[in-house]
Amino acid sequence: MGTAFESNVAAPGNGGRRMGSALAPQVRPRGDATERYQQLADEDRGTGGESLADFLGFFSIGLGLAELLAPTAMSRVIGVKHPDDRTRSTMRLMGLREIGNGLAILSNQQPEKAVWSRVAGDALDLAFLGKTLSNPDNDRGRTLFATANVLAVTALDVMCAKQLSKQPDTIANAGVDKGIIRTKRSITVNRPVEEVYSFWRNFENLPQFMRHLESVAVMDNNRSHWVAKAPAGKSVEWDAETTEDKPNELIAWRSLPGAGVYNAGEVRFNPAPGNRGTEVRVTLEYDPPFGKLGSKVAMLWREEPGQQVQDDLRHFKQVMETGEIVLSDATKQRGMHPAKPDDKPVEL
Amino acid sequence: MIARRPHQTAGADFKVTAFEGYAMKATCWMGPQKMVVKEVPDPKILNQRDCIVKITSTAICGSDLHLYNGFLPMMEPGDIMGHEFMGEVVEVGRDVKKVRKGDRVVVPFPIACGACGACAAQAYSLCENSNPNAWIAEKMLGHSPSGIFGYSHLTGGFAGGQAEYARVPFADVGPFKVPEDLTDDQVLFLSDILPTGYMGAEMCGIKPGDTVAVWGCGPVGQFAIASAYLLGAEKVIGIDRFPYRLQMARERAGAVTINYEEVDSVPDVLKDLTAGRGPDHCIDAVGAEGHTHGVQYVHDRAKQMMRMQTDRPIALREAINSCANGGTVSVIGVYTGLIDKFPMNAVMNRSLTIKTGQCHVHRYMQPLLDRIQRGELDPTFIITHHMPLGDAARGYDIFNKKLENCEKVVLQAA
Repeated sequence: MGTAFESNVAAPGNGGRRMGSALAPQVRPRGDATERYQQLADEDRGTGGESLADFLGFFSIGLGLAELLAPTAMSRVIGVKHPDDRTRSTMRLMGLREIGNGLAILSNQQPEKAVWSRVAGDALDLAFLGKTLSNPDNDRGRTLFATANVLAVTALDVMCAKQLSKQPDTIANAGVDKGIIRTKRSITVNRPVEEVYSFWRNFENLPQFMRHLESVAVMDNNRSHWVAKAPAGKSVEWDAETTEDKPNELIAWRSLPGAGVYNAGEVRFNPAPGNRGTEVRVTLEYDPPFGKLGSKVAMLWREEPGQQVQDDLRHFKQVMETGEIVLSDATKQRGMHPAKPDDKPVEL
Repeated sequence: MIARRPHQTAGADFKVTAFEGYAMKATCWMGPQKMVVKEVPDPKILNQRDCIVKITSTAICGSDLHLYNGFLPMMEPGDIMGHEFMGEVVEVGRDVKKVRKGDRVVVPFPIACGACGACAAQAYSLCENSNPNAWIAEKMLGHSPSGIFGYSHLTGGFAGGQAEYARVPFADVGPFKVPEDLTDDQVLFLSDILPTGYMGAEMCGIKPGDTVAVWGCGPVGQFAIASAYLLGAEKVIGIDRFPYRLQMARERAGAVTINYEEVDSVPDVLKDLTAGRGPDHCIDAVGAEGHTHGVQYVHDRAKQMMRMQTDRPIALREAINSCANGGTVSVIGVYTGLIDKFPMNAVMNRSLTIKTGQCHVHRYMQPLLDRIQRGELDPTFIITHHMPLGDAARGYDIFNKKLENCEKVVLQAA
C-alpha cells in the first residue's frame, strides 16, 4: 500500500507526472477523470504578479503616510536643506497621490491600471528630484541617493505593470489580445448524457434557451443558418458549419467566411460524478462589432458575454429538466417591475 | 423553420385583458412599514405547469417582518407579500397532471421543480430551476437557493399569497392536497412554520434524555419546542423576553422558560438547568435582520446596516456558547446578511455541529399532516388573531410591535 512517505518518489510508468500516492490503489481517483479536472483547473489559472503588486500597494501607502504626516523630515531625507511651506505642501500632495495609488492597487479593481499610474507617479517624483538637484543649496548626495531609490522602484513598477497587463496564457484567453472575446461557462443538467447531447445537436432547439437567437435552420448535416437579434429591432444572419461532432461528447461549430460576425462555439458533455446527470461546458468566441470597445460598451447594458452564456445555460437546464423556462411576475419582462400580476404579454 | 420558444408558446394563449374589472385584493409592499391592500389584476398562468389558487387563508410570517421593515433592498413598491397560504385550485396549466380544479391545497413556501439534482435529493429549498433571478443570488450568496413566494426579487420576484389569488408554479410538485375534515387553521402552517420548526428539531438528531434549548418563542420557536418533544427530548427550554410568548411556550408547548431580560446570564441559567453540561442541542429561532447584495453600492449599504446590527446575532452566539460539548446548533432563524464576531473557536474546539437551512417543506408535509390527524400535534395553539385580508396592514403593525399579545395573524381571504 502506498503511503504518504513515498510521496517524494516519482511513481514509475506515468511519466513522473503524478507523485507516489498517499491513497491505496483501490481508492485512488480514476486517472482520466482526475486529468480532465486538472486540465480544467489549469485553464483558469491567473497571471501571477499579484503579490508584487500587493507589496507595491503597501509600499505606496507607507511612503504616502510618511510624506503626508512628516513633510519636513521627508524633505530633508531627499536632500532639501531648508524646506519651506511650498516644499511641504508639494510633499503632502505627493503623499496623498501615493496613498491613493496604494489603495487603488490593493482594492484589486484592475490593479494593472493602478500600477501603471504608479509608473506615472514615479516620473513625477523624478522630475521633482531633478528640480531639487538643480538647486545648489540642497544636499546633492542625499538627492542622488533618493533618485537612485526612485529609479529602482520605477523598475519594479514597470515590471509589475507589464506582468499584470499581460493576459494570462490560458486556453480560455487565447485570442483575447486580438480583440476576440472568448468565454466559457458550465452547468450540470440532471438528465442522461445521450438526451442532453441530442437536444443540443439539433441546432433548431438552440433558440429555445439562447436569448439572443431568433432561429436556427439546419441546412444539411454540417451546415445551418442562424438568425440572431441585433440592437434596434434588427437581426443578423449567418451560415455556420459543424466542425466537430462526437456523439455524447462534443459538438463544435463556427461561422462560415462571409458571416457578418465571426463566432464559434464548442460544447462538451461529460457524465457528472455520482449519477448527477451531465456536465455541460460551453466555450464561445466571437469578434464583437467595434472590437474591444464595442464589448465594453455592451457590458454597460449588462450584456457581459459570460453572464449571457450563463443565463442561456441556466435556461437550457430548465428546458431539459422541467420542459420550459421558469417565469415570475417580476421577470417575465425585462427591467425592474413589481412582483404582481399585470396585463402585459410575456416578453423575457 | 423558426423554432418557437416555449415561453412564447405560453404567451400565445395570453389574452391582453385590459383591466376589465378582473381585479383582486392583494397586500402590496409600498415601502418600509407601508403595507397597502390594493386592487391588482388577477394572476394568470405564465408557465404550462402552473396553477392558480383561490386563497382562503394566509398568514403573516416573522420573516415577512424583515421585508416590512425594509431590510431587503431587492423589493419594489407594489410587490405582493406572503408565502404562507392555502386555498382552492381554480385553474391549471396545460402540462399539469396531478392537481385538478377544485382541489383544496396548502402551498409550500419554497418553489421547487421536482426534477433538478437538489429536488432529487429532497432539498427543495435549494431547487436549481425555480429562481429566475438566480444570477443575482449567485453574485451575493455564491450559489442560488430556490425561488420563494412574495419574498423579494432576490428569490425570484414571485407575487405572494397575501392576496385573493396566487399563481403557483410547478403545480404537481408543491401544492399539497389536504383532507376536507380539517380546518384551514389546522393545516395552513404546513406551508412554512410548522415544517420549519420541525426541521429545526430534526436537524439536532435528538436522542432520549437530551435537553434542547430554543432561542425565540415566536411561532417557529413554539413549533420547534413542540417538535423537539415529539422527537424524544427529555426537556426543552424556551428563551424569549415577551411574557405572553413565554407563557404560551410553557402552557401550550410544554417548555421550561427563561426570560432573558430577567436573568443575568442565559448560559449560566442553562448550565444550572443541566448541571453544568449545557443543552445537548440549541436551536436559533431568532435569526438576524440585515442584508447584503451583489451590487457594490448596496454592499456598502449592507455594511452600514451591519454596524447597526452588531447586537442582533446575540441569539446565535449565545446558542453556540451555551451548547454542550459535541452538541448541535440548529439555525432556522433567517439570516439575510453578514454577521460579526462569530465564535468559531467555540465551534471548532468544542466539536459543535452547525446545521441550518431554509426548510425543505415538501418533504415534511405528509408526515406532519399524519401527526395532526393522529392528534399528536395541534398547530392552532399559536393563532392569536384572525382578521380579513383587508386588515393586513393592521396585522403587520401589531405583529411587528408585539401589540395585543400578538403571536400569529391569520388573514382570511374568502
